Amino acid sequence: MESLERIIAEQEFFAGLESYYTGLLVGCAANVRFNPGTYIFKEGEEANEFYLIRSGKVALELFAPQGKPIVVETLDAGDILGWSWLLPPYLWKFHAHAVQDTRAIALDGKCLRAKCEQNHDLGYELLKRFAQIMERRLEATRLQLLDVYAVK
Amino acid sequence: MRPNMATAVTTDPMLPHPYLVQAVSKETPDTFTLKLAPEDKPNGRSFRPGQFSMLWVFGVGELPISISGNPAEHKQLVYTVRSVGQATNALVTQHVGAGVGVRGPYGTGWPMDAARGRDVIVVAGGIGLAPLRPVIYEVLHHREDFGRLVVLYGARSPHDLLYRQELAAWARQRETQVLVTVDYGGMSWRGHVGVVTTLFKYARLKPAQSVAMVCGPEIMMRFVARELMAFGLSRNDVYLSMERNMKCAVGFCGHCQYGPHFICKDGPVFPYEKLRSLMEKYEL
Repeated sequence: MESLERIIAEQEFFAGLESYYTGLLVGCAANVRFNPGTYIFKEGEEANEFYLIRSGKVALELFAPQGKPIVVETLDAGDILGWSWLLPPYLWKFHAHAVQDTRAIALDGKCLRAKCEQNHDLGYELLKRFAQIMERRLEATRLQLLDVYAVK
Repeated sequence: MRPNMATAVTTDPMLPHPYLVQAVSKETPDTFTLKLAPEDKPNGRSFRPGQFSMLWVFGVGELPISISGNPAEHKQLVYTVRSVGQATNALVTQHVGAGVGVRGPYGTGWPMDAARGRDVIVVAGGIGLAPLRPVIYEVLHHREDFGRLVVLYGARSPHDLLYRQELAAWARQRETQVLVTVDYGGMSWRGHVGVVTTLFKYARLKPAQSVAMVCGPEIMMRFVARELMAFGLSRNDVYLSMERNMKCAVGFCGHCQYGPHFICKDGPVFPYEKLRSLMEKYEL
């Protein structure tokens, strides 16, 4: 059976992270699995973890009043799910819905926040990595908003 | 001395050849595929992937339309057309047996020779898959001549996806990866949601030995080209198909001038290296 430390170290998100930091992360990590149709978290709930998706597919959904949920993005193997654990008020902004059988590594946000407060180098490494994801998703969202395929 | 028949196609480049509509099929609510055959005997006219024709709807007007069919098929020409105005609407509502004038094929086409022996990345947005379909046919028809084929295709919604059955069939071919995404998925859509650039991280290929061919809205192509650079491709290995207001299609009229280039004659396919600085200019 693969060790959590090895699985975490092999994730692209943690590429180049020193093994000492990987060791710190493992203390906050756990394997999780979600059946298709399961909600991993819902908008407004406390955000106390994030997930490294190992397999499956997760849809990020936004609920419109009196309407059906709108899927704003899907995430697949290798993607990171959730950054609301990192910034106050630590509440989810979307629903996350497993649309396929999904396996992931869950990282405890409270545990990580405490470690980052104690070890700012770890905090900086994590923030840099999350900032890259945020920047890419912001760019993708802007492109999506342009609705480039519509007839102008 | 006998004339060179390969070049002496017609005496007048502005003269359309008579073709008949053989079939019209609906791809999406606003996009149709037309099959045209010569009115008289088959002329065996071939085309290169990425080339376009000028299609004349009599009494309405003339349109530049990319050829979306199989280059190995010489008996007919296939076009996929989105109905967005009077002329395109007139074209897609032609009945079987109706006459259509055809000039061409014109343009440079995709760099199939440069792609031989290498991985091929096809990135398409919306109806941009139509001019790229001949590339996919060509690669699959001459499978041993090319490396991996990766097709990344983005559309507005599941209803706007072209060639859905073919996409599924291509995905089953060896050494072929087809990834599809939509900007807005309904609740019944179980595929990827997000813009086409979000698919790159799932593509399995070797950037240093790849050639990318991109077609879609210009904004999309700009973002895709940047993403391909970040992915490790060189500017000379990324090709884009440009669209401008083409009228004569042979470089006479200047309607499609884009910086120093005529899209109809020098393009529509260009290496990104030639376009990069132009694409960042507001005035063009």
